[in-house]
Amino acid sequence: MLISDLCKTDSVNANNVAVQVKVNGASHSHEVEPRTLLVHYLREDVGLTGTNVGCDTSSCGACTVHLNGESVKSCTVLAVQADEMEVTTIEGLANGDEMHPMQTCFMNNHALQCGYCTPGMVMASVSLLDENPNPTEAEVREGLEGNLCRCTGYHNIVKAVLDAAGGQK
Amino acid sequence: MIPVAFDYVRADSTESALSALAQHGDEAKLMAGGHSLLPMMKLRLAVPSVVVDIGRLSDLSYVRDGDDHLAIGALTRHRDVEMNSAIAEHAPLLQAATANVGDPQVRHRGTIGGSLAHADASADTPSALLALGGSLVVNGPNGERVIAGEDFFAGFLESVLEPTEMITEVRIPKHTGAGYSFQKFNRRAQDWAIVGVSAQRSDAGAKVALVSMHPTPVRATAVEEALNGGANATEAAELAAEGVSPSSDLNASVEYRQHLARVFTKRALVEAGF
Repeated sequence: MLISDLCKTDSVNANNVAVQVKVNGASHSHEVEPRTLLVHYLREDVGLTGTNVGCDTSSCGACTVHLNGESVKSCTVLAVQADEMEVTTIEGLANGDEMHPMQTCFMNNHALQCGYCTPGMVMASVSLLDENPNPTEAEVREGLEGNLCRCTGYHNIVKAVLDAAGGQK
Repeated sequence: MIPVAFDYVRADSTESALSALAQHGDEAKLMAGGHSLLPMMKLRLAVPSVVVDIGRLSDLSYVRDGDDHLAIGALTRHRDVEMNSAIAEHAPLLQAATANVGDPQVRHRGTIGGSLAHADASADTPSALLALGGSLVVNGPNGERVIAGEDFFAGFLESVLEPTEMITEVRIPKHTGAGYSFQKFNRRAQDWAIVGVSAQRSDAGAKVALVSMHPTPVRATAVEEALNGGANATEAAELAAEGVSPSSDLNASVEYRQHLARVFTKRALVEAGF
């Protein structure tokens, strides 16, 4: 590999790929460059900016969405990998004006400070309870290890998830 | 961070993946879950001109009972390994190591075959493969071959896989009811191991493998020989840094890694019942 290869100007790829993704229940069809990340597809092509880009290195979890019902980091998934799949973003949780129980529990427990990690934190929390409806506090902390809150507001986030788990019983 | 532009090929069968590899050679990379490859591509440490997506080959996602071993499809996701009852019963060390991979989001996407093909000395599953004496079924233009785990890792992020080959199955000998332990030391929950240890008892003796202690995933042969020669856990663990070459980085100096290897090997050996 030559340095010049690494530094080559990225030209627009002629071999775009058609994708059809169901986002929050609505079908979207686009032609994308294969290298388009799912998070950029959601924000820029679908126009849903609730999903945040944090670290962009699959560490912080701010970009967490659900892919076919499971939490994933959308900065580390290509849009072409989501072709013919279902994506749920933070915008897809509420039922009209009625917040998702996890959103209500985050609000009631003051589980956000600056709010930047919150969309990803809520999506990861919903996925956590889908897989483990009655977690212990330790299981909640471990289950959210992929999400960083740089305000360090973890205690209230854990309380919110436990609150939501209790509410589901 | 966005990867350099590439052409995308979606394989709908093992055969179509192999034919794409045959056509493009080392310009192509297989992508299973993409959780080792995509971060490398985003950092532009990997610049494949063709990405062959094998993520939808659902016929390579399975756990089957093969009498004396478990056969795990290469496309089985970490989460499915973690939750599988046969693996929990017959190879709990693999389950323990897999449960320590990344975080839930990563485990939903990453696959056992992809992680092993990446051949990263700081990854958790290769150490379990080595301590369990597992092997890899590999398909290529010349058909199928089986590679023992201990012969698989060739160098830093390098395996003996040819550019035209792909892993299709991982075979793990059953270790039902035998003592084991997986230990991992890291700074934050989801981080790579600064040092990790897989230890497994069996009728054939002890197998111990280390994470982040060598350019490749590596067996702690000095520890194994000591245990098999009658040493106790404390005596054997003192040899954990013998014969391996850890590197120094932001997290730990060479000396600190050697110290951690001894401490965590001892914990692993005690937990495994040595």
